[in-house]
Amino acid sequence: MKRSLFAALALCAPFPALAGEWDFGAEVAAELRYFPNDPTFPGQLEHIQPSFVVQPDIRWETEDRSHQVVVIPFVRVDGQDEERTHFDLREGYYRYNADAGWSLMLGAAKVFWGKTESRHLVDIINQSDTVEDVDEEDKLGQPMANLTLLNDWGTVDLFVMSGFRDRTFPGVDGRPRFGLVVDTDNPIFTRDWRRGAIDVAARYSHYIGNWDFGVSVFHGTSREPRFAIDIPTQRILPVYDKITQGGLDLQYTKDAWLWKLEAIVREGQGDVFFAGVGGFEYTLYQIFGSGFDLGLLAEYQYDGRDEGFVIEDFGPTLAAPVTFADNDVFAGARLAFNDPQDTSMLAGVTVDANDQFLGMFIEAERRLGSSWTAELEARLFLNPDPGNAAFPIRNDDFITFRLTRFF
Amino acid sequence: MLLHKNPFRAKTLTFAAMTALISASSALADDPAARGDTPESQKGYDISARSDRSDSGYGDSKVDARMVLRNRAGQETVRNFSFTTLEKETEDVGDKSLVVFQSPRDVEGTALLSHAKILDPDDQWLFLPALKRVKRISSSNKSGAFVGSEFAFEDFTITELNKFTYNYVGEEELDGMTMDVIERFPRYEKSGYTKQKSWVDQDIFQARKLEFYDRKGELLKTLILSDYREYDGVWRAHTLSMVNAQTGKQTDLVYDTYSFKNGLDANDFQQGILTRLR
Repeated sequence: MKRSLFAALALCAPFPALAGEWDFGAEVAAELRYFPNDPTFPGQLEHIQPSFVVQPDIRWETEDRSHQVVVIPFVRVDGQDEERTHFDLREGYYRYNADAGWSLMLGAAKVFWGKTESRHLVDIINQSDTVEDVDEEDKLGQPMANLTLLNDWGTVDLFVMSGFRDRTFPGVDGRPRFGLVVDTDNPIFTRDWRRGAIDVAARYSHYIGNWDFGVSVFHGTSREPRFAIDIPTQRILPVYDKITQGGLDLQYTKDAWLWKLEAIVREGQGDVFFAGVGGFEYTLYQIFGSGFDLGLLAEYQYDGRDEGFVIEDFGPTLAAPVTFADNDVFAGARLAFNDPQDTSMLAGVTVDANDQFLGMFIEAERRLGSSWTAELEARLFLNPDPGNAAFPIRNDDFITFRLTRFF
Repeated sequence: MLLHKNPFRAKTLTFAAMTALISASSALADDPAARGDTPESQKGYDISARSDRSDSGYGDSKVDARMVLRNRAGQETVRNFSFTTLEKETEDVGDKSLVVFQSPRDVEGTALLSHAKILDPDDQWLFLPALKRVKRISSSNKSGAFVGSEFAFEDFTITELNKFTYNYVGEEELDGMTMDVIERFPRYEKSGYTKQKSWVDQDIFQARKLEFYDRKGELLKTLILSDYREYDGVWRAHTLSMVNAQTGKQTDLVYDTYSFKNGLDANDFQQGILTRLR
């Protein structure tokens, strides 16, 4: 990661005469999590988890925007879980934007692919920073070279990546977590060169009329690890395999309806498997004569990956990474107040069609003044069957309050 | 297992529309249904068409804008954004526009790309910078408030000639100028208005004042357009002040100096551009 950043800075050096504009910003957040239930496993924090986040935001670009430098470091200091106290370079790159419709980005960056809301199957470039939240929407910066070609027949993105980022997991004190702690210091890589191995990816995206679509392919180290049980230490070892994945994301937009679909095929973790998520988002504007908009969402999640253990050289190992979304139905609602404070609320529930496990969440957000936001989030894990992957987190319902100051 | 927060979900309005207010992106071809068949409706149509056509040939434009929202107690909320617009290539399509929010800081970098259409709904994409996500959104919300302001989405299409039928009312003095007063009635569905009344000056043929009447036929809002400046034959109002007669709330939209003919082309308004704005 560091090397990429230096490369980016070195690239800027040949252009010292270019007049550019600097922009400095930052976010500072205080967060408090509250777990009403007693912990399930020894060592876990009891009820209160305070933490702080600092995320500076440094940008430089030339007036014609052809040269851009972005540096966004991130640090969280957590009062309970050592593993949640962590640093990351979320973004740290140089980008050249050519007039002729192409861009080259070098450095650590974030890239998002996809259309659906309840699960991001196709999105594979960045590692999830799962100590941040269980929704896998927080990502670690990925070192890369990314060439983007903008054409009137669509956008082509080509990626070459190295400097693999390990997934973050809660430590002994952390909640929610599995019964055994994930030993992030001793991951297993089935590829030579481990974190130095090369990943490649490509995506073509475009729209035709009311249809927006993306077709993607990835070949490299899976961001999702399998789990091996290390019997002597009673810990979980993450296992990172070489995979090849093809993805499709699709959206049809008509009036107030958005119809969405994502599908992948993956090879390299057990049998080749297919997974998909699809559904709709429908918005009722100005409900009940008010200024409020209500969005209604429903999606179905399917995942055909192997379950159960296989015996590897390093011990008993899950045949494929764990997923909650094997046969689940999601329903949600989004309420936008359309006020000057951008007040909004989200609520959703995911039901496992096999065993009726319920995952629920509610989120509310509002701006205070011009440079503060307040957020309240609740997550509930209800009714998990002992056979469900979510069984270990059955007592880990929690509420998060976050106050953020923007500079 | 979360869905994205989407701060501009509902408020994403047709920004093409917003730029239409300043760029007059209407179909120039006469629409007989809009023109009507009485002398009053035809005169109203012709006056509106003249102010509309005074605007063609601007090419592309860039401008920074500041929106000040005031509630009845006088409390202010400020939003800043930049607009980039590309004039339509032919009369069969609308303008293309890009809006990037600069403040408040928590939505900085949020961008909206619009490809306006004449009869069909616009194509719109939203860029959410925290997630790096580009999302195609619905553009069917007409009468909702834009980012909590007194402007509704449909207010930004007030120069779209063929969206209305007209009625010429007469001449009236306003601010020392003689104005043509025209009533017009939305032809499109889901409008929050039954009628609008506009005052168009006889000197440079620009709208100076608009009144909006709600579904009950009562006065809802008044818009004053002022600080008109000329750029090479193209006129732009730089201050738009909308006052809600029923709530006392007010929103001022103030434009900085425009920059025209920046050499932009369709490449600068592709969906793929959104991830490299900043």
